[in-house]
Amino acid sequence: MAIGPADRFPAGLIGATFAVMAYRATLGSTSWTFETLADLMAKASPPRSGDALAGIAATSAQHSIAAKTALAELPLKTFLTQALVPYETDEVTRLILDGHDAAAFAPIASLTVGEFRDWLLSELATPAALARLAPGVTPEMAAAVSKLMRNQDLILAASKCKVTTRFRNTIGLPGTMAVRLQPNHPTDDPAGITASILDGLLYGCGDAVIGINPASDSLNVLGDLTRLMDDLIRRFEIPTQSCVLTHVTTAIQLIERGAPVDLVFQSIAGTQAANASFGMTLDLLREGLDAGRSLGRGTVGDNVMYFETGQGSALSAGAHHGVDQQTLEARAYGVARAFEPLLVNSVVGFIGPEYLYDGKQIIRAGLEDHFCGKLLGAPLGVDVCYTNHAEADQDDMDSLLTLLATAGVTFVMGVPGADDVMLNYQSTSFHDALYVRELLGLKRAPEFEAWLERARIVGADGRLAPRAAGHPLLTAGAGG
Amino acid sequence: MSAPVTPDPWTALRRHTPARIALGRTGSSLPTSEVLGFALAHVQARDAVHAPFAAEATAAAIEALGPQTVIVDSAAPDRATYLRRPDLGRTLSDAGRAAVVARTRGACDLAIVIADGLSSTAVHAHAAPLVEALLPAVEEAGWRLAPVVVARQARVALGDVVGELLGARLVILLVGERPGLSSPDSLGAYITFAPKVGRSDAERNCVSNIRAEGLSYPAAAFKLAWHAREALRLGLTGVALKDESDTAARLEPMNRAVGLSPS
Repeated sequence: MAIGPADRFPAGLIGATFAVMAYRATLGSTSWTFETLADLMAKASPPRSGDALAGIAATSAQHSIAAKTALAELPLKTFLTQALVPYETDEVTRLILDGHDAAAFAPIASLTVGEFRDWLLSELATPAALARLAPGVTPEMAAAVSKLMRNQDLILAASKCKVTTRFRNTIGLPGTMAVRLQPNHPTDDPAGITASILDGLLYGCGDAVIGINPASDSLNVLGDLTRLMDDLIRRFEIPTQSCVLTHVTTAIQLIERGAPVDLVFQSIAGTQAANASFGMTLDLLREGLDAGRSLGRGTVGDNVMYFETGQGSALSAGAHHGVDQQTLEARAYGVARAFEPLLVNSVVGFIGPEYLYDGKQIIRAGLEDHFCGKLLGAPLGVDVCYTNHAEADQDDMDSLLTLLATAGVTFVMGVPGADDVMLNYQSTSFHDALYVRELLGLKRAPEFEAWLERARIVGADGRLAPRAAGHPLLTAGAGG
Repeated sequence: MSAPVTPDPWTALRRHTPARIALGRTGSSLPTSEVLGFALAHVQARDAVHAPFAAEATAAAIEALGPQTVIVDSAAPDRATYLRRPDLGRTLSDAGRAAVVARTRGACDLAIVIADGLSSTAVHAHAAPLVEALLPAVEEAGWRLAPVVVARQARVALGDVVGELLGARLVILLVGERPGLSSPDSLGAYITFAPKVGRSDAERNCVSNIRAEGLSYPAAAFKLAWHAREALRLGLTGVALKDESDTAARLEPMNRAVGLSPS
């Protein structure tokens, strides 16, 4: 078997024209050519419907293995000289390349993508070494190496990456997993939302954030929801934070109106054009970060941003530049980490079967997203989820949740009964969180766990305490 | 031995939300009844997506109300392709295009397209009753109505193709919405002025959640007629057409109660 890229260096360094580049691999008697780096990355991606929809997927399993074979031989530093999305026209590319830390990159600077996989799984890649490395890894490098990794590699390497963030509690400590309490209601009814929040707290959930997806975009409604959560957190002295998941410009307006905003939310993607379709620029994120921090509401830290991402969002916006969706997703984490977020959430199965068709694709993507995010130093959680038109069910979610929990996922969602009655999809439930805690011994954020024990919601072992009808949360709650 | 299920003493909170709260537990896990209830709801939602679309029966129900109909297929040959290729669901098959062209009779004011979308269950349940509720407003306004197009494996933007071929000033597309676990049969309606290929979603207005537990047929028909009148008056739909039908809807029953019904 003869393998190897036709040209290991940008053509411009050794030839007359910069644009002529090709990568080749020969498997048996068949030779494969990949015209561009983006083409090589796309063909090396494990199968997913979104890349097929974009017309960039490998045409056969052998085609994909050939691409992986060529990709394994590619020097990592190629990604520092060849941009997949043009530097001149894309501010995400500029953020990634201008912010690259060459000193941090030094330990792996001479490696190929295949050698990088070996390094990540070796004894050399300790948690401390990985933390030092993170600023030297670009999203494209993370995506490239993930394409050569099996699911167990993604789990093991991610489990060695520790990312800790703080606002009113400490998220991401070893041996912990946090939960976003997601109390959505179809009409933003305050009593209905409060009922779901109480249900979640009494099931020991809500340390990552209490985060509402509002149905309304009315500033008055959003302000009311923000105050509703702030009242509850203050009245019961809960060491957690709240967020109404609305556009960053809306959060800035709420802050200007004096609303008690803890976390500033924004959906982000991996290209400037996709972000533009969200009405978002990096400057706007900077404004949101400054506005959130100006309130000084964090007690143990000032990680004030909450980002959501998902494979396929760039293609959905017609802004993918011929780059595969997993690589673009990793670029979104490159955006996220620049703003020191408390939480980054890949809504992996939410975007639909045209991007991730079935349980197998959703599971694979969830593990890739978590690995890439953690390798880049982002506090990655995953919305382990699916829609009813995807070929997936609760068994698939059980599998992904269990795998991610073993991989050290920062947080998952907590939706009552796993059924989001506002967004019409299935995520993970409060019970699901209890299940992985019991199975793997995972604790909550320490400040939150201590509060649950003080409030007699859990015992000293972290398990739910016997139910008392007269619990203060219920007697003082939404007129229960 | 008593059952090990621990109930939650806050079931009273359930009256505030359709969310699945106060489910109780056995150890860390859901009680058996909840596991089965969830599985049933999921299967119902899946059936809504995958149940074959009874296009002929839907067309017959519409013809019984008066309008003529045409049944067409999108360019997506089957459900599996439809789910993976949204672009094909926005395009007519060659035969479908020919069928629509054959029924074109000069300009018209309104085209109605009924698309299976992601829930044929929703279309079976609600499309014909909604059209029935809407027809009096069409007659009252004197709008020239094109044959109603019933489209299989179709997405919202197929209405642009059909509306343009029919020479319609306005298209209303009824579509089965993405089914939720608690709402497998929700119908949506999209209103697009001057339909043509390439219209963006920002150029449409939407009336959603049409189902027994959501928006009723008369209320939905009222909103649609309001949007249609405003769209034809202003010459646009989309973000520039703000939904103020709530104000009109509040006034109308009041007027009717005091004998001032506009009709």
